[in-house]
Amino acid sequence: MSCANIQVSETPLVLYALRRADDALILGHRLSEWCGHAPILEEDMALSNIALDLIGQARELYGYAAKSEGRDNDEDKLAYLRDVRQYRNLLLVEQPNGDFAHTMVRQFFYSAFADLYWRQMMSSRDATLAAIAAKSEKESAYHLRHASEWIIRLGDGTDESHRRAQAAIDHLWAFTGEMFAVDDGERALIHAGVAIDPGILRGRWLRTLSDVIDEATLSLPQNDWMQQGGRAGRHSEHLGHLLSELQSMQRTFPGLTW
Amino acid sequence: MTTPNTPLWEVFIRSRNGLAHKHVGSLHASDATMALQAARDIYTRRGEGLSIWVVPSTAITASDPAEKGMMFEPAESKIYRHPTFYEVPDEVGHM
Repeated sequence: MSCANIQVSETPLVLYALRRADDALILGHRLSEWCGHAPILEEDMALSNIALDLIGQARELYGYAAKSEGRDNDEDKLAYLRDVRQYRNLLLVEQPNGDFAHTMVRQFFYSAFADLYWRQMMSSRDATLAAIAAKSEKESAYHLRHASEWIIRLGDGTDESHRRAQAAIDHLWAFTGEMFAVDDGERALIHAGVAIDPGILRGRWLRTLSDVIDEATLSLPQNDWMQQGGRAGRHSEHLGHLLSELQSMQRTFPGLTW
Repeated sequence: MTTPNTPLWEVFIRSRNGLAHKHVGSLHASDATMALQAARDIYTRRGEGLSIWVVPSTAITASDPAEKGMMFEPAESKIYRHPTFYEVPDEVGHM
């Protein structure tokens, strides 16, 4: 294995799997950054568990992307040997951990979507994606519950925790629109019954958010301007730093295994 | 942050149907719901359980180690309380 970037033939199906794989890997990596640093030991374990769930999802999706592509790429090459512009994840998941409230709000926004998404994907006509969805759905359901309970306690906790939670919501809100966007390639997959239209999930996603955020005495922003670009490889400056750490071993010692 | 105000909880896990919940350890959490989540994340990572109980540690009344002579020694000399003097017929099988 060399340390040069690989090329990926992004057919619609490969790209579709890759995008979801990148979401899971990048968010999983972000959560792993808390390992040893979380506010309490109990939460350190919880965040690491969620990170491992997500990295597990990423592995299956990368494996499927590689198989669908049918060249000599594999899950490791897809994760370790693509550069920033080749990554297809949502901008939301690459946003830095910030304080604990930022991490929880990011997780809440994503998991509220992922829970609905994977449940819907269980009826995909693509047997592999349906199987990945069945496994991921249970994991995501717990991630959502975990994040929801924290949002309620942060919002309805102290003045400081409320202020920090609201600041995180206001900051991350503009990254949520991308979850519901669809391009032409995906539209064809939706039409074929392989993918689902995320647009149909938005109403339920908003209801989940409102229920929790109301109980937390927080509020959702009114503005609906949304940042886009992650799905096409246009990322915030944060992803490059993340990848330099995630990929450093393979880039420095090509083909390294342990 | 962990403060002295974060309550301590005792965690009990039932590993299989038909078995009793067993004490596995303790943890800190702000309330019962968070304690249950933390118990799931800390004590069932390797498929240890099908059911979790969390109990505030303050709800447990413990025997005093200094009284263990009075509490437990009298039982040690009563070997006839153990059901080891019976011949179990082979047909009974595992008891």
